[in-house]
Amino acid sequence: MTTVQKLGTSVKNTWCPGCGNFGILMAFKTAITQLGLSPEEVVAVSGIGCHGKITNYVKVNGLHVIHGRVLPAATAVKLANNGLTVVGFAGDGDCYNIGMGHLPHAARRNPDVTLVVHNNMIYGLTTGQASPTSKQGHRTRTTPRGVFEPDVNPLALALASDASFVARGYAGDMRHLASLMVEAMTFRGFALIDVLQPCVTWNRVQTYEFYKDRVYKLEETDHDPLDLSAAHSKALEWGDRIPVGVLYRRERPVYSESFPQMQGAPMARREVGGVDISRLLKEFS
Amino acid sequence: MEITCIIGNSLSFLVGGEAGQGITRSGSLLGKAIMRGGFHVYGANDYPSVIRGGHNLYLLRVSDEEIHSQHDRVDLVMALNKETLVLHQGDLNVGGGAIYDEDVKLEPGEIRREDIGLYPVPMSAFVKEIGGAPIMRNTVALGAAVSLVGYDLEMLKEAITKAFEGREEIIEDNHRAAQMGFEYAREHYGDAFPCRLEPGPERPERIMVTGSEAVALGAISAGCGLYSAYPMTPASPVLHYLINNDVEVGMVVIQAESEISAIMMVIGASYAGVRAMTATSGGGFALMTEALGLAAITETPVVIMVGQRPGPSTGMATYSAQADLLFTIHASHGEFPRVVVAPGDVDESYHLTAEAFNLAERFQVPAIILTDKNLLESHKSTNPFSGGVAIDRGELMMTSAWAGEGEYRRYSITESGVSPRLIPGTSGALALSNSNEHDEYGFTTIDPDVIEAMAAKQRRKVEELREQVFVMDAVKVYGAEDAEVTLVGWGSTKGPALEALKVLAEESVSARFVQVVLMEPFPSEAVSEALKTNGPTLLIEGNRTAQLGRLIKLHCGIEFEHVYLRYDGRPFNPGEIAARAKEAMA
Repeated sequence: MTTVQKLGTSVKNTWCPGCGNFGILMAFKTAITQLGLSPEEVVAVSGIGCHGKITNYVKVNGLHVIHGRVLPAATAVKLANNGLTVVGFAGDGDCYNIGMGHLPHAARRNPDVTLVVHNNMIYGLTTGQASPTSKQGHRTRTTPRGVFEPDVNPLALALASDASFVARGYAGDMRHLASLMVEAMTFRGFALIDVLQPCVTWNRVQTYEFYKDRVYKLEETDHDPLDLSAAHSKALEWGDRIPVGVLYRRERPVYSESFPQMQGAPMARREVGGVDISRLLKEFS
Repeated sequence: MEITCIIGNSLSFLVGGEAGQGITRSGSLLGKAIMRGGFHVYGANDYPSVIRGGHNLYLLRVSDEEIHSQHDRVDLVMALNKETLVLHQGDLNVGGGAIYDEDVKLEPGEIRREDIGLYPVPMSAFVKEIGGAPIMRNTVALGAAVSLVGYDLEMLKEAITKAFEGREEIIEDNHRAAQMGFEYAREHYGDAFPCRLEPGPERPERIMVTGSEAVALGAISAGCGLYSAYPMTPASPVLHYLINNDVEVGMVVIQAESEISAIMMVIGASYAGVRAMTATSGGGFALMTEALGLAAITETPVVIMVGQRPGPSTGMATYSAQADLLFTIHASHGEFPRVVVAPGDVDESYHLTAEAFNLAERFQVPAIILTDKNLLESHKSTNPFSGGVAIDRGELMMTSAWAGEGEYRRYSITESGVSPRLIPGTSGALALSNSNEHDEYGFTTIDPDVIEAMAAKQRRKVEELREQVFVMDAVKVYGAEDAEVTLVGWGSTKGPALEALKVLAEESVSARFVQVVLMEPFPSEAVSEALKTNGPTLLIEGNRTAQLGRLIKLHCGIEFEHVYLRYDGRPFNPGEIAARAKEAMA
């Protein structure tokens, strides 16, 4: 049986002590065990940034890619082998800056893939530059007069892109985050979990202290995740109260269903070759 | 079959008009009709990048022997607008002719040639009579052309039936249009046109395909399971062809949101165990280069077709070039092995594409098929491709459970340098692919000893790769060893070069052509061997800086005294190559 302990690797963890990534890693391991998945059935795809090291720290299949490109790779892994549970991990710089172009399209395609975004609102690995989710006025190494641009709102963006499952988690509440991951990984379709992740080294604004009294759980309110306009208003809520939980959830056909040729055995398990092209050649005679 | 021509034993038709008038379709339809009678055909198009309007043309050349390219001169122009007639009269051989719509008003002096035949046909009037769409004027012209060369109208009708299969009304209308054009020309012009094509009794089974179609068919035969691409001329026709046949051949075909997404999907699918491919042109390949390095360091097999067009930047989107050779073999940062092959015709496009999948998987490297617009969009007749491509997936374990010793390590240090892959989902084993420098398990490392061990593994793999690819037809030589002059080239230049050999032979000059097919790893020994000649050599390339010449100098220490470069986007013409070869001999 898969246990959280068995999902650990021997690799020395180099995240800063207290980093929000630990909560996300533990939540992921917890979700896998709660779902009763074997490590071989799971593929983690990670990008570049502190979060990207996660494929070294969790004992499942892993594909660590280049900056910003988690989603197309994860989409294709799932198409290639429908039997796998595919979870992408990306950072706010990774997914909402350099790789922003992929998010709306992944949402539109609706592959049965979960994407967990480690959103610490700062560039950590490259030592403290502004991120697209850094709040206006935030002074960082690259914004000495404070961030000028309004921040990207990933949840609103995902909703506007027809994402079928949109949630926000908090790395400081591992159990709640794990339950969100369980829900996202069981959900049939593209599921985004934007995770509020304190960066103890570079972000002195959005800290554990900052989130502690602000974060509240949507499931403890009368929020209806089937209500798109309610989801939109929750996506815009930020300040003294910050909602976490499932903002929106509505199933629709997944990407693989658009390919009749995918019916049957997973693509990766099929015999390669042996296609008779003689019928195709008739067109050219 | 019998062929009577103005010059030599080939006949060239030029179909010209506005974009949207179905120029390529008409030209290739005529090609198929003539191919059915036992002839060999070659068809090339020329069009500016406009959706409608602008001048487009299609050159169809036919012969009783295999032909490899278009020719300098034209015998019969089929003008679907006045511009074609006025512009291309100068391309006609003495005695050549032009078919055009009777309603074209010609001003005095607009036709400057007195040594050509003018064959106006009431195309629009006939189409009106039939009640068909204006585009059917083409078919009237085709019928007239068939009559002028004394060819069998039934062959054209058969080709029409096939092209519009299942659309009975369209077939019927087009048959009528062809018939009317045919009868009008026979009645009014009889045997006035000097060229003749007579179908033979035998109907050899041939296909008329473009390089794009050949590449797509090669991918299908190789069992490509996922194809993802972003539209870009001249690679888009591969995407179109595959997506139209995706269900039948069991391939997932995706139009991605960018070239970066396309190559990342290819990497994702290949990591998961599915053969995958993308195709693009130089600009799109530039976007893919970072991911190319990812494929390399993760040792994930990928197949990429790069269809060259003139750059830099947007360049001339609908023309051809051979200027991305050095870019392709060096693309992405860091050092890593790759395979780059450059097919020169449709047969090589088919076979090398299929082989690229084998090489990519056997050596877990990127394999790139370097083509260009001339090759991808030109039609050539050839024998039907045999489907039976041998599949070699190298060290890929398809078992459902890990049966090896100890723990599975994705990057295990092996004697061959190739580490066995498995399908993620295999029980008892985990596959970790890492874009960071990594140890045997795939975990990130900066340990100098591990890095050295991985580099040594890579070196062994490269040695093995070189041994294996050099036994392919890495360099091809056409013509006698003791020829007076040697032509050297690559890619689509092969066609005009082989035709130049024919031109030179007619002038009693013995010439040979050396075609470099494998660009990376570079077959230095085979190239040096092929270039051992006493006569002069002429290097022919579609770029400004003689990129193959620079590679040959680097690897073989040979410099070319005679170089013929063309970088205006147009194909080489055999006559011009022959003239340059004779200059080199002087």
